[in-house]
Amino acid sequence: MDIFTQQLINGLVLGSIYALVALGYTMVYGILELINFAHGEVTMIGAMVALTVIGVVMGAAPDLPGLMMVAAGLLVAIPACMALAFGIEKVAYRPLRRAPRLAPLITAIGVSIILQNLAMLVWGRQYISFPPILPHNQHEFLGAHITDLQIFIVLISLLTMAILVLLVEKTRLGRAMRATAQSKEVAELMGVNVDRVISATFVIGAAIAAVAGVMVSAYYGLAHYYMGFMLGLKAFSAAVLGGIGNIAGAMLGGLLLGVIEALGAGYIGDLTGGFLGSHYQDVFAFFVLILVLVFRPSGLLGERVAHRA
Amino acid sequence: MSIPRRFSSVHAWFQARPTFALVMLAISLMALPFLVGGGLGNSWVRVLDFVLLYMLMALGLNIVVGYAGLLDLGYIAFYAIGAYVYAWLASPHFGLHLPFWMVLPIGAAIAGVFGVLLGAPTLRLRGDYLAIVTLGFGEIIRIFMNNLNAPFNLTNGPQGINLIDPIGIGGFSFGKPFVLFGQTWPPTYLYYYLFLAFTLLFIVIAMRLQDSRVGRAWAAVREDEVAAAAMGINTRNVKLLAFAMGATFGGLAGGLFSAFQGFISPESFTLWESILVLCMIVLGGMGNIPGVILGAILLTVIPEALRYLGDMQRAAFGQVIVDPADLRMLLFGFALVAMMLFRPAGLLPSRVRKREFAARDGAREQEQSDLYDARA
Amino acid sequence: MAANAVTLLRVVGVSKRFGGLAALDAVSLEVRVGEIYGLIGPNGAGKTTLFNCMTGLYDLSSGEVHLDDEPVHGLKPHQIALRGFARTFQNIRLFPNMTALENVMVGRHPRTHAGVIGAVLRDRRTRAEERAIRERAHALMDYVGLGGRSRYLAGHLSYGDQRRLEIARALATEPRLLALDEPVAGMNPSERRQMADLFLKLREGGTTLLLIEHDVKLVMGLCDRVAVLEYGRKIAEGTPEVVQRDPAVIAAYLGGEQG
Repeated sequence: MDIFTQQLINGLVLGSIYALVALGYTMVYGILELINFAHGEVTMIGAMVALTVIGVVMGAAPDLPGLMMVAAGLLVAIPACMALAFGIEKVAYRPLRRAPRLAPLITAIGVSIILQNLAMLVWGRQYISFPPILPHNQHEFLGAHITDLQIFIVLISLLTMAILVLLVEKTRLGRAMRATAQSKEVAELMGVNVDRVISATFVIGAAIAAVAGVMVSAYYGLAHYYMGFMLGLKAFSAAVLGGIGNIAGAMLGGLLLGVIEALGAGYIGDLTGGFLGSHYQDVFAFFVLILVLVFRPSGLLGERVAHRA
Repeated sequence: MSIPRRFSSVHAWFQARPTFALVMLAISLMALPFLVGGGLGNSWVRVLDFVLLYMLMALGLNIVVGYAGLLDLGYIAFYAIGAYVYAWLASPHFGLHLPFWMVLPIGAAIAGVFGVLLGAPTLRLRGDYLAIVTLGFGEIIRIFMNNLNAPFNLTNGPQGINLIDPIGIGGFSFGKPFVLFGQTWPPTYLYYYLFLAFTLLFIVIAMRLQDSRVGRAWAAVREDEVAAAAMGINTRNVKLLAFAMGATFGGLAGGLFSAFQGFISPESFTLWESILVLCMIVLGGMGNIPGVILGAILLTVIPEALRYLGDMQRAAFGQVIVDPADLRMLLFGFALVAMMLFRPAGLLPSRVRKREFAARDGAREQEQSDLYDARA
Repeated sequence: MAANAVTLLRVVGVSKRFGGLAALDAVSLEVRVGEIYGLIGPNGAGKTTLFNCMTGLYDLSSGEVHLDDEPVHGLKPHQIALRGFARTFQNIRLFPNMTALENVMVGRHPRTHAGVIGAVLRDRRTRAEERAIRERAHALMDYVGLGGRSRYLAGHLSYGDQRRLEIARALATEPRLLALDEPVAGMNPSERRQMADLFLKLREGGTTLLLIEHDVKLVMGLCDRVAVLEYGRKIAEGTPEVVQRDPAVIAAYLGGEQG
């Protein structure tokens, strides 16, 4: 088996999930210059809600095809995350929009802690397993394996991204979002309801995060109240890698980060003569982040941020 | 002004007699462990020690966050570096047993060097990028601590390092019980006085730094970086200095922790510890030393007190419904959000920060300024 | 003055492009020791951009800036301040939550030395330096007419006082050349007159002034020489009398303003 191709495939699959989460960070940062720290937790909540729904559906209609069950989970998780993000923005961020920049960042951390611990109280400390309801057939592909699940994840991610791009490029709301990201003040003068656009940005990001949460727990077969933290950090790194505020950048950054991580984990043992092993996988994202910030702070595709006057 | 009226006359009385107040304060601080130990039990003296350790950390982080306005979310990494350096140089792990007066400064210096290494490339970036990079750095350090037991056993992995030497001067060890008034007291009492001495030292250093050329440069950078540069301040160096100072403080506190605990493992150095220390600063009042002290006290003591929630639940419902440890973090989260929303300048705001956070409402601000002018 | 004219600041062919937009197009000018040099031009002519280019806030697209025949282009803002070139900002940039006095004390930074060790130990030299900083700051506050305002927070001073404070803060860096970006904007006539007196006093004290101003009457009455910018280009330079009669200037600026 070709390790390189295999790790490349694994990386692209995981990277497509990072890309989804990164979109949420990048859209919010583009408009508010706020690192929505709680975004990783919203992703986690999406996974938890979907898993709960899937559990209920499995109990009620065990003969339903797996894809339908996942669809049911998504159908509940997406609006739940949207409502959550709407509430978070309204309660924790909006009142602080004119406050010093440290303030909303600190509430964001606070919200993140709250969500994590609420999830722990509701769903417990243990890992929750994702039932094996999705097909897991393996296919030979360029000398490596790819599973149905992996194909499914990539397809759903691509579909989600396509919908988002259409939304941003072709709709009135999308135009308002782009205008607001250029300049809040000017957008406001042009009759854009900036508050609503900001709410919408959070809500759309959360919907995508819900999808990502379900995908990631399906991929690993697990969900855990702590899963949002690392995922969020990596996704943010991906957003910075691609150029924060830049939607195409987030997608590219996510895919790249996934690939770097997978290849890194696959080869780190060889590269360091066995000194470091694959359990350093989580470190790569940060090294990438630091390197990008040092050598190309505006990211691969350039940042697009509405700077405060 | 922040002192409630019924206390203000007491406050004024003490203010008029500074020497007396100082002597009273000194006596209470000296007697505190005996009062606490006698009243609440020896485990609370240990809590007292931790209050002081957290105070050390918070004072260090306050230089970075409060003075220079840089958000460091990976502060615990420097604490961890200090702790591990101490463990390497004074435990059976490598068979080294250097004296503490060598090990503590080495640990602090290495933490400071890491601060520079991390800060140099990142400090020219926007502030919230720094937050994320420091956060990532904290995680990297923890992951390394967790995994550097093979192929060469540097950290002993998740098990951590054991049997770390206590602090000792000559033949006298802080790690052994001692006899006083015909009674034997556990080491937690001795460490209290040691930590108290360090805390007082840190407070003096922090206050002197704040009121100095360097402190003004930090404040200027925090207030307006462009204007600071136009005034001839090398903003990058000044920020780097704050970062390195904070890291050094953190490294020193980590070394003390290592010696006090006698055992360290990566579990003690999670992100939430960084957040906890940050919360202390925010809760108490950023940039303001009394606020930082108050924050450290509250956030160390309250979680300990919350342990009784378990007993209360048992008494009320016959069982523990919600693990108090779980509730603890949840309450932190709510406290953070509520603080930022309702009292963003902290419980004991510094004059400066109070105005910075209140600067939203012009009319109210003018009122405050009149008040201030009237006082001045 | 013109007889022994020594050049203090020499700007040679400075251009600045933002994307495709040329904000400055090959601007050259010379400021001589001891003069008050005015820089005027309609809004958006590039005056503040030129300031930012000279003081290191922007990188130049091309061109050179020399202070005392030493190149300063490519230096960082703090290095330029250290060389004796201080400035104020069009949209006042004080340290709002520090007291007025502390603001001025910050200005002493490049001329003082105490570091962390001095700050912690408070040795004799550090204490002496600190005392000198404070005294100098007080003196400068008096000099610009803010004597009683030391303990106010800078952000709470009146608009005119904030402008004065910015000047005091810049003076604390001991500049040979002081660049003022619209220092009398938003002031009433009597305040403007006071400021003009302050500028004359500064020049007498040996500070060379570079002034961006919209108030043409003030510029013409005060400045030894004037340059006019329009669309990023210098269209005229000379004594106020000469510039005032320049047809290009009348067309571009004075004409526009007078109707």
